[in-house]
Amino acid sequence: MTAVAATAENPLIEGLERLPIHPTTLVIFGATGDLAHRKLLPALYNLAHEGALPERFHLVGVARSDHAHEDFKAIAREAIGQFSRREPDPAVLDKLLEDVRYVPGTFDDPSVYETLAGTLDEFDTAAGMRMNRCFYLSTAPAFFPVIVRHLGQRKLCHEDGADVRVVIEKPFGTTLAEAEQLNREVLSVLDEHQVFRIDHYLGKETVQNMMAFRFANGLFEPVWNRNFIDHVQITAAEDIGIGSRAGYYDSAGALRDLIQNHMLQLLCHVAMEPPVNFTADEVRNEKVKVLHAIHAPTPDDIPYMAVRGQYAEGESGGEHVVGYLQEEGVPHDSNTETYAALRLEVDNWRWAGVPFYLRTGKRLARKVTEVAVTLKPVPHLAFKQEGSLGVRPNQLILTMQPNEGVSLSLGAKIPGTRMRIRPVYMEFLYGTSFLSQSPEAYERLITDAMRGDATLFTRNDEVEAQWRICDPIVRAWEAAPGPLPQYEAGSQGPAEAASLMLDGDEWRMI
Amino acid sequence: MPAVSDSRWSAQGTTPGEIEAAMRDMLKERHAENESFAPARVLNMVCVVDKAWSGEIANRLRQVGRYHASRTVVLAVEPERERLDAVATIASDVHPKAGEFALLRETVIVDVGEKHLPALDTIVDPLVVTDLPTVLWSPHGHPEAVDVLLGLAQVVLLDSVDEPDLHEALDRALELSRKAYVVDLAWLRSTPWRERVAATFDPEHLRPDLRTISAVTVRHHPDSTAAAVLLIGWLASRLDWQPSKLIPRNGGLAGKAHARRQDVDLRLEPDPQLSVRGLAGLTLETASGRYLALDRGPGGLRAHYRNRKGDEREWTVLGASRGEPGILGEGIRQALLRDPTYTPSLEAANVLVP
Repeated sequence: MTAVAATAENPLIEGLERLPIHPTTLVIFGATGDLAHRKLLPALYNLAHEGALPERFHLVGVARSDHAHEDFKAIAREAIGQFSRREPDPAVLDKLLEDVRYVPGTFDDPSVYETLAGTLDEFDTAAGMRMNRCFYLSTAPAFFPVIVRHLGQRKLCHEDGADVRVVIEKPFGTTLAEAEQLNREVLSVLDEHQVFRIDHYLGKETVQNMMAFRFANGLFEPVWNRNFIDHVQITAAEDIGIGSRAGYYDSAGALRDLIQNHMLQLLCHVAMEPPVNFTADEVRNEKVKVLHAIHAPTPDDIPYMAVRGQYAEGESGGEHVVGYLQEEGVPHDSNTETYAALRLEVDNWRWAGVPFYLRTGKRLARKVTEVAVTLKPVPHLAFKQEGSLGVRPNQLILTMQPNEGVSLSLGAKIPGTRMRIRPVYMEFLYGTSFLSQSPEAYERLITDAMRGDATLFTRNDEVEAQWRICDPIVRAWEAAPGPLPQYEAGSQGPAEAASLMLDGDEWRMI
Repeated sequence: MPAVSDSRWSAQGTTPGEIEAAMRDMLKERHAENESFAPARVLNMVCVVDKAWSGEIANRLRQVGRYHASRTVVLAVEPERERLDAVATIASDVHPKAGEFALLRETVIVDVGEKHLPALDTIVDPLVVTDLPTVLWSPHGHPEAVDVLLGLAQVVLLDSVDEPDLHEALDRALELSRKAYVVDLAWLRSTPWRERVAATFDPEHLRPDLRTISAVTVRHHPDSTAAAVLLIGWLASRLDWQPSKLIPRNGGLAGKAHARRQDVDLRLEPDPQLSVRGLAGLTLETASGRYLALDRGPGGLRAHYRNRKGDEREWTVLGASRGEPGILGEGIRQALLRDPTYTPSLEAANVLVP
């Protein structure tokens, strides 16, 4: 039995799967945009459906379009109907949208923040309490500092008796200098613990499973170091092209779009030391240590550790597809890379001398995101190859998508009278062993932000450390004239990528 | 969800060994046919049902959505049956697409006689997948079968509201909870209510008010007294109340629990208007003058709150009703988790029962 007087903890939360979240008003800046439409509003509905929103919850949309509250409700209803992962329950949807407010205006207009302050006060008065405030910046990056500055000027960033948090979407800067400047501007108004920089990859169950895989299993930790691991390959390949995202993609490129954020996060999860506990700062401290152990490349290093490419026309999924430069909206002389590969080294006690190969690209042979850890070969081989594929170094493959799982390659004897060996695979698929459907990353991230748990968000020094690695490459590539190495759509990527591999290492087939 | 891909095997006068071999062969065949078929390996579910009502149970199991057990073994009991007849199926809900996999679920239905019940474990043992947790569900009683199968099962799924005698229901749940982990659907029906009460008192400045709770009223479906008394048992065990027996009053039950600062008035009120099993509403009052009522409403629970000054507010705590299939699915999911608060709540509830 629990003695209430003995502890300041809430004795009623023991055993509950969902911990309470303080009553919150969520304000989405850019509420009529694509991200809100496809991800944020459907995520909020699914949280409401499951009873996972705070006990008292209000939603405010802010955007430039001139709409009335009712118009925004209709927009939200349509978005939820179209993109929710489950069929909406009409009664829950009605209640979620019943008191939704919309504030129209440009983000640099002080009257927007005046109206917003009035709306927030109105909700607080109705609730008879100071509700927490969570401002979600789902806008073009240029508006992040503008919005934060105005929130500060209107004194909406600090509230007695309530927590105020600001969620900032990616990209957090497009260069190191921009990221540093944005951090300075944001942190001149907010404290770091109020800032939640989204990298939605971190909200995926698959990425969180990497920590469980490494730190909940004693089997792998003894070999998880330079003594046993030969190299690591991290691949995020897509079979699709840029679709309708030419405007964004041509200004970003593969390095900024995936490597600077998601893939460096995957690398951190592979290479980090076990944190003391799983609180936000302990986990992030360990990830930052990994990033600090990766040397920023010099201009002379870059040709030897980074390769870029652009997809040319080819066959994908049995269809003829155009090359990047022929895609609608892409300048015909664009030097934007649709493929990027890096070789990085983590110079610390555990990983010194182990190459980490990262590659990502559009219009590759298939869609796959995986981490492949290749172990060193056995020191002495007693068997001859004898007409078989032979003994290969063990590989541990952590697949994030499409089929999340773990696969371990082992050498096994081919049945017969001779001692012939070939690789076989011990495979585990997460989908076969769990009943639950994984929640959308945004559902997890929104509740964590409202709860104030920053473990799955990127800290200021983490973002800057990521940029410190990628920024020299961005600058070198921007300075180098085209044309870029081309690769056929539907292929493994540019042949030049092979030049990154050391001492007989080979890229895995995508 | 209807299966789109099935393998089926059946035999009359069969043995557990034959059934197990048939399952193995069917799995091999499916894998040879397409490597993308992967058997689900989450948990076994063993159901003991009356043959006459097995269709209704099959319907309930079909509706649990994504929370299907990996291998379901249904033992359909017919009083006079002498031999074992069996049907085994392996099904997938989807045809696997290139690069994806399709989960296979396995179902074995074995018709058994009452004469088989004392040694039912020897029939079931070969049929469950080794190393997976096994959950046992016997919705039509058959306590003798449950007792025999407890050695194979780590989890017992039951619904305390199924048993008409409240005392017997909680007594049996308590007895089983000493031998296995119990997932009680009556307890799961109270989850949203427990979450909301916990949330209400979660702000630090409100936590001391937990010590001043002076009255609790739980409104419930007339058949769901067990769910209501478990909710009060939860409050009593978490807040260190010393409950005493409830007594019948005004068609419901009433009584007191002794808290550190004051006694707590307890009331259970059947609500004949409620069309589904479970709880209809909850009211908490504190000696400090706070009042919180939660009642079922459209789109969630309707909350009515009054503070010490008498200011009143109403709002809806959002959430969809899970319905009976949802509750059963949740029960299967909970078989893989552990809630340390159920047994203490059950013990406190047992004290309350007249």
